[in-house]
Order: sequence, then C-alpha cells, then structure tokens
Amino acid sequence: MSDVAIQVRDVTKKYDNRVILDAIGLDVQEAETLVILGGSGSGKSTLLRLMIGNIIPDAGTILSLGKDLCAMTPRQLADYRRSIGVLFQSGALFNSMTVFDNVALPIREHTDVPEETISIMVKIKLELVGLRQHADKMPSELSGGMKKRAGLARALALDPKVLFYDEPSAGLDPVTSAEIDQLIIDLNEKLGVTTVVVTHEMDSAFRIADRMVLLDRGKFIVSGSPDEMRNSKDPLVRQFVHGLTEGPLTDRRRAGGYESDLLAEDI
Amino acid sequence: MNLITRPFILIGDAVIQWLELIGGAGYLFVDAARSVHVALFGKRGRRLGWDSLWAQMVRVGVRSIPIVSLVVFCIGAILAFQMAPILRDYGALERVADIIAVAMFRELGPIMSAIVLTGFAGASIAAEIGTMVVSEEIEALEAQAISPIRFLVVPRILSTTAMMVCLAVIGDIMGVTGGMLVSRGFLGIGMLQYVHHTFDNIKMQDFITGLVKAGCFGTIISTLACHLGLGVTGGAQGVGVATTRTVVLTIVALILVDLMFTGVFYFLGW
Repeated sequence: MSDVAIQVRDVTKKYDNRVILDAIGLDVQEAETLVILGGSGSGKSTLLRLMIGNIIPDAGTILSLGKDLCAMTPRQLADYRRSIGVLFQSGALFNSMTVFDNVALPIREHTDVPEETISIMVKIKLELVGLRQHADKMPSELSGGMKKRAGLARALALDPKVLFYDEPSAGLDPVTSAEIDQLIIDLNEKLGVTTVVVTHEMDSAFRIADRMVLLDRGKFIVSGSPDEMRNSKDPLVRQFVHGLTEGPLTDRRRAGGYESDLLAEDI
Repeated sequence: MNLITRPFILIGDAVIQWLELIGGAGYLFVDAARSVHVALFGKRGRRLGWDSLWAQMVRVGVRSIPIVSLVVFCIGAILAFQMAPILRDYGALERVADIIAVAMFRELGPIMSAIVLTGFAGASIAAEIGTMVVSEEIEALEAQAISPIRFLVVPRILSTTAMMVCLAVIGDIMGVTGGMLVSRGFLGIGMLQYVHHTFDNIKMQDFITGLVKAGCFGTIISTLACHLGLGVTGGAQGVGVATTRTVVLTIVALILVDLMFTGVFYFLGW
C-alpha cells in the first residue's frame, strides 16, 4: 500500500473561464479503493476524465503509472489507455455488437491473440462479472445492472492496472447497486487493481472505500477513511455524508440574492 | 444590434458558421485520410477494418439502390415528357434521347443519387454517431485506445464514396431507362432508335466527369455526417438537431460543389 499509482498535482481545469477544478492535488495509492465524492457539478467527473487522459488540464500535472499524462504523444497515450479500464456511467456498450464482441473488441484491437484464445479470455472476464450465460445477447436486451457488468467485463479485458468507475450505482435499484459494489470490492481484492470510483451515493461509497475524498466547487474539502468521514465535525462533510437538508451546501444556494432578483427591473 | 449593424452581424455569423463547418469537416477528412492505411492494412485493425467497411457498404449502398433507382427513373421519365412538346415543334422529337443521356450522365444521375443518399445514409450516419456520443460510446472507444476516426469514420467515408460512384452508375442507367420507356410508350420512339441516339451522343467524358463528381459527393456526404454527428451535445435533442443540420447543410454543400465542378469542367472544355 505504499506505492503511488496516480499523482495529481495542482491541477486546474476551466471551461469558458468557469473554474471546474481549482489547483487540486491527490494521490491514489496502489491497490487501494479511492472514492471521490461530490455533488452534481462539483467537478468529479472532470477529474475522472483528466485521469483517463480524455481531456488535459489547463495547469498542473498528472502522473499516472509513472507517466506524465500532460506530455504524452498520441502513441504513449494509447499505451497508457491500454493499461487502464474505465466503466462509464451507462456502461457505454457498443450497441451494434453482442456482449461477447464488446468484451472481445479491445483484445482483438490491441493483441494478436488467435480467435480461440480470445473466446476463452472473454468467457473468463464474463464469468468474473457473472454474465457468461448472456454472451450472445445484444446490449439492448440487457437490464441496467447487466449493462454495467458487461461494461466492467470489457474494462477488464486487457487486465488493467487501474480501474475507473464513473457513478457505478447510478440508476440502479438498491439490490443491484449492492451487487455491483460487491463486484468492485471482489475485483479489487482478487486482482489487486487500483480502483478509483466517482460517485455521490453514500451507501455505495461507504461499502467500497478504503479512503474517501470530498470534492466541492473544484476543491478537495477533506480526505480520510470511511470512519473518519462518518464522524467528521466539518458541517459541510456532515451535510453531504448524512444527506441533511440544512447546512452550508443548501445555505449557499439560498444566498443567491433572491430579494434583489425579485426586485430587479427587467433589462 | 440596431437596424444598420444587424444584417452585417447575421451575415458574419453565417459566414463564420460555414467556415467552421468547412474547417472542422476538412480537419476530420485529413485525419481520416491519414489513418486509412492503418484501418485497412494495419496488422491489428485488419479483421475489423474490412468487416466494418463491408457492413457499411451494404448499409449505405445496397439498401439505397431501390430508392435511388425509383427516383432517378422517374426523373428520366419526367424529362422525356417535359422535352417532348418543345422538341416536337422543332421536328426533332427523337433527340429526347440525346438530351436525357447528357443530362443524366453529366448531372442528374450523380446529383439526384447524392441527394437521395444524403437523406438515406447521411442522416443515418449522423444520428448513429450522435447517439454514440450521447451514450458515451465514443469516449469508451477513446478510453480503450481505439481511435473513433479509424474505427468509425474511415469505414463510413470509404464505403459512402465507393457506393456513391456505384449508385451514380445505377442512377444513370435507370434515368435513361425511364426516358426510354416514356419515349417508347408515349412518344413513338423505338427502343433501338433511342439507344442509338443515346450512345451516339454520349462521350466517355460525360460518363467520367459524372462519376468523378459522384465520388466527391460521397466523400462530402459522409464527412459532413460524421463531423456533425461527432459534434453532438445535449442528449436526444442534440441528435435530432445534428441530423437535420446534416441533411440541410449537405444538400447545400452538394449543390455548391456541383456548381463549382461544372464550371471548372466547362472552362476546361470537358
């Protein structure tokens, strides 16, 4: 648990002069499960996209698996992406292919493995996520939970060193959500992969996290173990973790100049 | 904005939009052209490259044959009816065949097929790629180090270009056939006489310039559709907007490019 897998240093990201991430720093230890918490618009998805190299920061550096993501040639970036796996919010399966072909795609694209071996590899990945019987189905025939499992199998196809999850329990019922959480824990333990999860679901976060960080308005508020988070005295953390309707997060929204807005003359 | 500056602003906006479109689509085209060899002959992409090229050709080309045939056949028939009274006045009714032949091979075969293909394939490519953007599939491709340009754009541009040339040939034949059947049935021109007039007047140049245009049309249709599809933002509504924009902008672009080609061919004496 000592080596650092991903190092984020002073990273700033803006969209049209709106600061999404403000000089943040973060270390992800090897083989740990780190949960990035934050409300909608807190910049947590942007942080995830930065770490998978889909966008580059306006300032700061990201070192992932020992490589600088900001100074990569397209070829190096492709190499890096082959060593990570990403589960997107919707699963992001290719709708024109069967589940089997979806999982086989990265193997076919990036290796010279013969088709018989691919078939075995795909079956192993599908068994890991419990979908071996559904290999021949099209994505449209799968439920939301199964789509995420299939997306996870595809993310695992090339035996990644780091797995990223974008809102793994979004849109799932509590039981399916718990199953996906268990899967995340199992994979982390069985395969020893470094796991980064972006979510706002507290139940899920507490189940899977070794360590949590809370992102708010582009800055990290706090970082700690699930227990530390649960017992935190910080009012903002308390409101977020316990889902309270009273606290700094809601006060901020209310302080939006309601009065002057009502009384303002039309321009 | 007041009354004086308003027209300038509107025109300027339109010009910027078109420049952006041309620039974006051109950039995409160059990117695609650079990865053609990897898509088709690269060690790893080979299997998928040819498979998806084939699938796209069937989807873009083969399925649109009936509708292209019908449309251009009707245009040929309409032309015959329209020309007949004027030519009869000149006592040169049998020249219907000459006019239809030149009009079809040089102009109507390619452009009508291209317009039909815009609605048929352009819209569907834009909607498909736009939906893939919305459902994170493009991002997923990138995250797996699979270039969406090589994987999605190259097969679509190649297949649309190739199939557009084939469709133009089919369109040419169907248009002439339409004119021939009307001439035979209603104008009293014999089939053989019609065919003779067609082949006497058509030069290889007419045929080739038509096909060159058709190839360019195919590239334009697919490049614009891919470009606008990849630029989709904002969910299902965005897909709808992109699809409409693809059809409208592509048809305008086709006509403009057609005009350019025809002008150039005219001055070159082809």
